[in-house]
Amino acid sequence: MKVLVCVKQTFDTEAKIELKDGKIADAGINLIINPYDEVAVEGAIQLKEKGVAKEIVVVSTGSDKAMDAIRTALAMGADRGILITQDPGADEYARAVALAAAIKDENPDLVLAGHVAADDGSSQVPTRIAEILGFPHINVITSLDIAGGKAVAASEADGGTQVTEVSLPAVISSQVSWNEPRYPSMKGIMQAKKKPVATVAAAAADNKTAIVEFSLPAAKQAGIKIEEDPDVAAAKLADWMKNVVKVEIK
Amino acid sequence: MAGTWVFVEQRDGNIRKVTFEMLTEAKKYGDEVSAVVFGKGVKGLAPEFAKFGADKVYAVEGDVFADYNTGAYVAQIVAMINEFKPNAVLFAHSFNGRDFASRLAQKLEAGLATDVIAAEISAGKGLFTRAIYAGKALSKVEITTSPILATIRPGVFGVAESAGAGAVVEPAVAAGAGDVYQIVKEFKPTVSARPELTEAEVVVSGGRGCKGPEGIKIIEEFADLLGAAVGGSRASIDSGWLGHELQVGQTGKVVNPNLYVACGISGAIQHLAGMSSSKFIAAVNTDTEAPIFNVSDFGVVGDLFKVVPLLVAELKK
Repeated sequence: MKVLVCVKQTFDTEAKIELKDGKIADAGINLIINPYDEVAVEGAIQLKEKGVAKEIVVVSTGSDKAMDAIRTALAMGADRGILITQDPGADEYARAVALAAAIKDENPDLVLAGHVAADDGSSQVPTRIAEILGFPHINVITSLDIAGGKAVAASEADGGTQVTEVSLPAVISSQVSWNEPRYPSMKGIMQAKKKPVATVAAAAADNKTAIVEFSLPAAKQAGIKIEEDPDVAAAKLADWMKNVVKVEIK
Repeated sequence: MAGTWVFVEQRDGNIRKVTFEMLTEAKKYGDEVSAVVFGKGVKGLAPEFAKFGADKVYAVEGDVFADYNTGAYVAQIVAMINEFKPNAVLFAHSFNGRDFASRLAQKLEAGLATDVIAAEISAGKGLFTRAIYAGKALSKVEITTSPILATIRPGVFGVAESAGAGAVVEPAVAAGAGDVYQIVKEFKPTVSARPELTEAEVVVSGGRGCKGPEGIKIIEEFADLLGAAVGGSRASIDSGWLGHELQVGQTGKVVNPNLYVACGISGAIQHLAGMSSSKFIAAVNTDTEAPIFNVSDFGVVGDLFKVVPLLVAELKK
């Protein structure tokens, strides 16, 4: 079975966001593989270790910087990579079209991705890819079993856990709690440098949306801070909760 | 191209509050507002939507629609969009809503704004504010395709009643609605007496300072006194004291309750991203330098093991 994993290069989740010339400033920001995608890579590697997957291909779309995300996935254990060169301003539609075109050429049995990216938070691209390819999909998974040409996954749904079955090929997107991604070993990092990465041009697609403005939310101001005996502090906090917030006591 | 459609978020006839939030918001655009509901035995829900201003209720009944499934739902709504030509269709930003809207948007080769926290919709134009980097920044997105599609974050828009006619329209079931390709084998509801994290009025969260299950128990008792949801920082989730579905922050949930109480949480940037938009924030932490105090309306420098039980006793008075 061939597994294809979509990865995105994103800002470190500890990064502070600032604006420069009306855009998100990226100078000096540590870049990481999107944490949700990292889990998808780990999931693919575990499928290979179990003998379910034979080959893992990792694909990313964006600028040359996305190469780092691909190399990280290769160092973890993926076999080869595809970097789609695309304007970083491409929207969810255009990125899905570019990814789906590259995926189609590979003819995989399973496509994995994070269910959302930690930067734009759109959670659209995996489902859009599934629609383009005519594949079924399951999102936000926390477990996955592959057998007999079918995938059965548990998902973190609103108010509960949903278990869904689809036929392969399918697109499946991960929640961060699916697994604990491994750190690349030194040997893995060395091997990753020799693994093949193909660079392809993005399939032509116009954006369907336009970002007209970036802004920063109003900074929250610090209020009262008290350092007193626990009973005094508790009484003051209770008073604030009752009279300012007006909480209801059940 | 006229009218705003609100797709009803429901399970077994229980309508989620975000539906009423979307109806209330849609009323502001001055265009006709319709609730669109798919399911089994859902026609009777029409008066519920009329109460929040729905002029029309498009009700689609059938076994295949009993529970959400992508294939049937997308086929059905595409047929309805082609027939009735709404200006905009709003969905809840939920597990099912974003699944539905994303697949629909791609089928229509259309743009989609997800997890929207502010909206301006007029004829042929949709401008949406979205929280990016989990709320560390905002982007304003214009949708340039038709119909205008968006998923709305629960708990952001207010709810106000206004009478609507609620006239029931029963569209024909679309030809492709039988194409089910996801089989839902099981849905196990979370067994909890507490409200859902993203919908709760009050959220009480525990972090590293809870030190273990004993500390979590203290904040749970406090939460139950307030009818609050319980959440956690990455430290308490990674330690296994709370399930991942309760994580607040950039790789967890973004919450915006009336009151957020952070207990033993230092306030890493990725956690602040998930809760800074709460109306009121209180914090209890032993470290006077903890960044959580920079965003707190009321901060107590102290040990949660001492302060929280005393606070519970005080509130009970």
